[in-house]
Amino acid sequence: MTTAVREPATGAPRAASTASWFSDGWITTRRNLIKIKRVPDILVFTTLQPIMFVLLFSYVYAGSIDIPGSDYKEFIMAGIFAQTVVFGSTYSGSAMAQDLKEGIIDRFRTLPMSPSAVLVGRTNGDLLINGISMLVMIATGLVVGWRVRSSPLEAIAAIALLLLFAYAFSWVMAFIGMSVRSPEVINNVSFLVLFPLTFISNAFVPSENLPTPLRVFAEYNPVSALVQAARELFGNVPPQTPVPDTWTQQNPVLTVLIGIVVLLSVFVPLSIRKFSQISSR
Amino acid sequence: MTDPVLDLISKERSARSARHSDVTGVRYLLHMAYIEAHDLAKTYTPKGAPAVHALDGLSLSVPQGTVTALLGPNGAGKTTAVKVLTTLIRPDSGTATIDGIDVQTDGDQIRRMIGVSGQYAAVDENLTGFENLDMIGRLYHLGAKASRRRARELIELFDLTEAQNRPVKGFSGGMRRRIDLAGALVIDPQVLFLDEPTTGLDPRSRLGLWDIITRLVAQGTTVLLTTQYLEEADRLADDIAVIDHGTVIAQGTSDELKSSIGGQRVELSLVSEGDSDAAVAILRSVGTAAPEVSSDRRTLAVTVANGPTALQAVLGQVERDGIRLHDAGMQRPTLDDVFLQLTGHSASADDEKEKAS
Ligand SMILES: Nc1ncnc2c1ncn2[C@@H]1O[C@H](COP(=O)(O)OP(=O)(O)OP(=O)(O)O)[C@@H](O)[C@H]1O
Ligand SMILES: [Mg+2]
Repeated sequence: MTTAVREPATGAPRAASTASWFSDGWITTRRNLIKIKRVPDILVFTTLQPIMFVLLFSYVYAGSIDIPGSDYKEFIMAGIFAQTVVFGSTYSGSAMAQDLKEGIIDRFRTLPMSPSAVLVGRTNGDLLINGISMLVMIATGLVVGWRVRSSPLEAIAAIALLLLFAYAFSWVMAFIGMSVRSPEVINNVSFLVLFPLTFISNAFVPSENLPTPLRVFAEYNPVSALVQAARELFGNVPPQTPVPDTWTQQNPVLTVLIGIVVLLSVFVPLSIRKFSQISSR
Repeated sequence: MTDPVLDLISKERSARSARHSDVTGVRYLLHMAYIEAHDLAKTYTPKGAPAVHALDGLSLSVPQGTVTALLGPNGAGKTTAVKVLTTLIRPDSGTATIDGIDVQTDGDQIRRMIGVSGQYAAVDENLTGFENLDMIGRLYHLGAKASRRRARELIELFDLTEAQNRPVKGFSGGMRRRIDLAGALVIDPQVLFLDEPTTGLDPRSRLGLWDIITRLVAQGTTVLLTTQYLEEADRLADDIAVIDHGTVIAQGTSDELKSSIGGQRVELSLVSEGDSDAAVAILRSVGTAAPEVSSDRRTLAVTVANGPTALQAVLGQVERDGIRLHDAGMQRPTLDDVFLQLTGHSASADDEKEKAS
């Protein structure tokens, strides 16, 4: 062993400064990017699954579901976008639980880093994956005949809204992941909760046609607001759709924006607080 | 370290018990304990199970520039104590400081000066050995260049050159452990916490780590480690704190602990078993308890208060009685005896998860 055991203090350890939530967040984001690169399943899943959904819905159901005055493909795309990005946010939950299980959280917690950094990196990872999914879905959608019927600016707003909502939801999932602590349970629970949430909505069928209890649920379901907002911004609302009778469906963009602000302002501080108390095993 | 300082430290050590009550005034004068834990308590209440007092009034002091070993059976509270001191968990009550800085209220400052390797390796499975260490350096805010250089140095120091560019996922247990230990040395920590650092290491890596620890301490680092290996505590630690049921039941140097459980033993090994009755009589005259006799009646032993005097007396009488010996000697209790006596468990046995309650 020829190396010095001690390191002359060239770079002395520094405390987390106000700027370091950004730099520390970038360091942990990079960690997640490396993971995406090394575990290609994630990327394969995030690209293949949306392609499959677009194809399934536009060819299998398109023939049998009749949307008055519109093509089902046009109708369905916003629903698929919303469902995919909401599911994409669940990675933060299972990844936080996995980090706890593997013990690396204890390493991070003994370093003088910003207490939000691991969460920032984690949720950024979801954002990136969801961004890739969005691009893939948009490309596939255009290939099968979906069209944006609004302005490019509105289309960009739609994409931003979908990604932002999913980003806020990642913070919720990260909090749940740290509370439940088991990656397997997180995966199962998110399927159990998110499937009804995305299917009992206006994502795949117009909610007017649902039986009353489901219709009420669907009208107040935040996913419905997200879908409606995206559908409006892409200009994909069927022309003969009756005027919705709930405020949230009449003002979907505003509803989603409020939802994003509420989720972030509750779950960002809650998650950071949780993070600074947890320890593996 | 100069002699006067060592002198102060040893004076300070003997004043240890008095110190808890008198913290502020003499601190700098006496080179007071660097790590100081006072009356720490932590109770876990698992669902549907009785409460576990993981820490139950644990007090500890570790002088600067020394190695202190926490020794105790499974479930004694060693890991919990380390977690409190490294800011990972908050105690229910009690205080702990490092260099006078409170671990509960000034965690940020503490985290800048410590290096930690926990009982279970805390590494990112998807990163390579190098990437793990580099990331730690950056999160200590050493900067990109210094982080990379330090990572390379540590890879070499811990003999991980062939493994540095492979994801940790494929590492053996010992290699993973070594990456984690290296993670504790990314900065030049003022205090190094090592929770069972040599568990899972092969003998060569273990010796390598001992060497690293010794060199760090020679340069002024304070080390708190936990271990199940008495040999390790004996060899590395200036001071040993024996922990059981969440509290320190004895603290001192290895020698102090050994003599604390009472004297030494005189042992005789006879050529002929016909002499055993006479030998037993001799041993009885110097012993503090009844002599023990082996089943073949040729090996005899007795505990004595003063080893050398007793041994001389025994050998004189043996000669006068014409008893022939294969061997005669004096033995001090081993740390294992200390452990057994203090805790009622043997340290080397595979204890069940023993819990304080
Ligand atoms: N998170 C926890 N929840 C419930 N009980 C816990 C928790 N952590 C520790 N304990 C209990 O507290 C006690 C002390 O545990 P600790 O890990 O500190 O022991 P230890 O001395 O490190 O043991 P070992 O030698 O096995 O590592 C044990 O009875 C353990 O079961
Ligand atoms: Mg332990």
